[in-house]
Amino acid sequence: MCLAIPGKVASIEEKDGVHTGRIQFGGIVRQACLDFVPEVKVGDYVMVHVGFAISVVDKDEAERTYALLESMGVLAEELAPDGAAPAES
Amino acid sequence: MLPITNTDATSLHSEPVTNDEPKDLAAFSCPVPFPARERILLGHGSGGKLSVDLLQDVFLPALGNPVLDRLEDQAVVSLSGIRLAITTDSFVVKPLFFRGGDIGSLAVHGTINDLAMGGAVPLWLSVAFILEEGLPIETLQRVVASMQQAAANAGVQIITGDTKVVEKGSADGLFINTTGIGRVRDGVSFSASQAVPGDVLLVSGYLGDHGIAILAEREGLQFDTQVNSDSAPLHTLVARILETTHEVRCLRDPTRGGLSSTLNEIAASSQVGMELDETSIPVREEVRGACEMLGLDPLYVANEGKLVAVVAPSVAQDALRALQSHPLGKDAAIIGRVTQEHPRMVVMRTPFGTTRIVDMLAGDQLPRIC
Amino acid sequence: MKYLDEYRDARIARALAAEIRRRSTRRWVLMEICGGQTHTLMRYGIDELLADSVDLVHGPGCPVCVTPLETIDRAIALARRPDVTLVSYGDMLRVPGSDTDLFHVKAEGGDVRIVYSPTDAVQLARSQPDRKVVFFAIGFETTAPAHAMAVLQAERLGLKNFSLLVSHVLVPPAIRTLLSHPKNRVQGFIAPGHVCTVVGCREYEDLVREFRVPIVVGGFEPVDLLEAIRMLVIQLEEGRAELENQYVRSVQYEGNRPAQEAVARVFEIADRKWRGIGPIPESGLFLKEKYATFDADRVFDLVDICAQEPAECVSAEVLLGHKKPTDCTAFGTRCTPDKPLGAPMVSSEGACAAYYQYRRHLVTL
Repeated sequence: MCLAIPGKVASIEEKDGVHTGRIQFGGIVRQACLDFVPEVKVGDYVMVHVGFAISVVDKDEAERTYALLESMGVLAEELAPDGAAPAES
Repeated sequence: MLPITNTDATSLHSEPVTNDEPKDLAAFSCPVPFPARERILLGHGSGGKLSVDLLQDVFLPALGNPVLDRLEDQAVVSLSGIRLAITTDSFVVKPLFFRGGDIGSLAVHGTINDLAMGGAVPLWLSVAFILEEGLPIETLQRVVASMQQAAANAGVQIITGDTKVVEKGSADGLFINTTGIGRVRDGVSFSASQAVPGDVLLVSGYLGDHGIAILAEREGLQFDTQVNSDSAPLHTLVARILETTHEVRCLRDPTRGGLSSTLNEIAASSQVGMELDETSIPVREEVRGACEMLGLDPLYVANEGKLVAVVAPSVAQDALRALQSHPLGKDAAIIGRVTQEHPRMVVMRTPFGTTRIVDMLAGDQLPRIC
Repeated sequence: MKYLDEYRDARIARALAAEIRRRSTRRWVLMEICGGQTHTLMRYGIDELLADSVDLVHGPGCPVCVTPLETIDRAIALARRPDVTLVSYGDMLRVPGSDTDLFHVKAEGGDVRIVYSPTDAVQLARSQPDRKVVFFAIGFETTAPAHAMAVLQAERLGLKNFSLLVSHVLVPPAIRTLLSHPKNRVQGFIAPGHVCTVVGCREYEDLVREFRVPIVVGGFEPVDLLEAIRMLVIQLEEGRAELENQYVRSVQYEGNRPAQEAVARVFEIADRKWRGIGPIPESGLFLKEKYATFDADRVFDLVDICAQEPAECVSAEVLLGHKKPTDCTAFGTRCTPDKPLGAPMVSSEGACAAYYQYRRHLVTL
């Protein structure tokens, strides 16, 4: 049971003694419980699983690792611009 | 770390086990499959495999005849040289009112569309209501007004009707059954069994709007930009295509079961394979987001104002332009083609260039959590 | 959708696949545990992309598949009671018990409802005090915190009509069982990224040390999985066995403390039976004595159900990665999603179902 998707925290409030947030996923807004991510701020992204945020997305780590992936993608395309697999070394 | 305690003597907890001996894999066993379903399940109404089973196991053996056996969305019969298309449909949607429509307008549009998919000009509708005891009359008035509006806008007449009332609890407020009659245009003969390798597949616009609009209403999902049901009468869109070309093999509106069920039905009926291009299939951002969140696949979500067209390759571009020139088809796209490989199977090319099957669902699509 | 779409970038995926092909000198056998990861691999055809370099086998990553038969039978027995509303995630409804499934029970008049979140079940119990609401709480470590919160919330609200029917399994003991087996072929693991988001990486590091097998914590999008596979292949080619984290945007070494604390408050670990595999020690979560009033197993007087499992399919071997679904002689012919012989074909996350749904055109049936 592992489907969790990333969403942006639009607002935070206390509801029935529970830390709740309005989370934006693409064009949709849905509520999620934020009790497991007490440090979260509006504007952060969280991973939401069955209505509960289980982590705050680490923007810096994501950027850092994605930049590496991107450059790999760009490089590969330069070596084989028509999308063909590069020659085996 | 989580605290660990010893096992308890209940039947779910097994005897303390060591990892010393390898387990005898042959001794492990599997659940027995279930025999034929003895009762109707919700899935039987979903438009997927269970619905097909019901047709094959119950309806056709009892009622089969050459017209019915063709299993098109409408029956075409001849009377004194005139070809009539006749269709029947029931509408049980919950909630009764939703963004972009209500059960009334849905009933009118849905019936018109079944006729239109057969190349017929829709003319007359009958409408029968099953009302739940306790339904506010004001609700009924709203529905009926909506039906009249939809019919007038589409140029059809509701010419006869019926009303029954059932005890409280026996119906979800209101059910509607319709019959539609239309006149098949001359020179037109559409059928799901006519697709041949090389034919091109088109859709008239964004997929998944209706199903998500309904689900959003039921589940209380909020959207930044609201998703409305796309419920609409398609007969003028069909007319636009026919102005351009008659080399149309088949038209279908992908309602319950979505694009996938429709394409699988055509593939099965014509004994051909299909290849789709995932990146060409139009889905709105909001619908995609809702599907991601709920673990649903947009290809299986219902549409009420879209059509799928299978056309000869030589007229594909003309057909596309014809669709795009009409307000209901402005987002039309070519999404794939018919092939002789893997007959009866619909295969989709992913953005990675790999392939996967777009299968017919057994029953209703269950939201994924995993 | 941010943090989702960019991890589906085809150009990056192709580059990663090319890199994996370039670096692998032999065909390594890798396993992912989580059903969600299996789903992605099948849906994007990643096995097709990597056919020559990697043999992808699928582990018992579907809690639906591994829920014991007796538990399904208990759920069915409860759903049949006129005073009970059984609330469940969608996946469970089609899984066969000894003689029926929850879908059929619903058709017979049982009050069975689908929810997306356990909070919905609590709200249902709150709004219907005359019904006994039982929530079918299944899952791995990812979902346990949410279930724990449901119990704590019910307790706070003073609900007397809410209980959980628990079937929670833990991943590391399953990996241990797998790796200890003489027939094991798996050389590297992709650890489930959302499980690790909750529990952290320490247990997986222990497994790396114990069995000298590389483990990479992976995400769920195709680029995540390709990157995790790339990291595993590099380790294997270099003869290393370490724990690495690919899913850094969500997983920290320590995991999520508040979530772990909620679970520790409400649940305890004990031995558990896995359908298709058998008993695995210390692999299940159960409600503590303190929360007995929220434990359906204790609240309801359920007759001891003796579940009969006739032998037919090779679920066990598929679940442990010894066989592929396509190795099974019944696959796609006698065993299909409509007429499943085993759990992995029933659940949409099961390996057999994933294969059947997405990949069977590559196999002559």
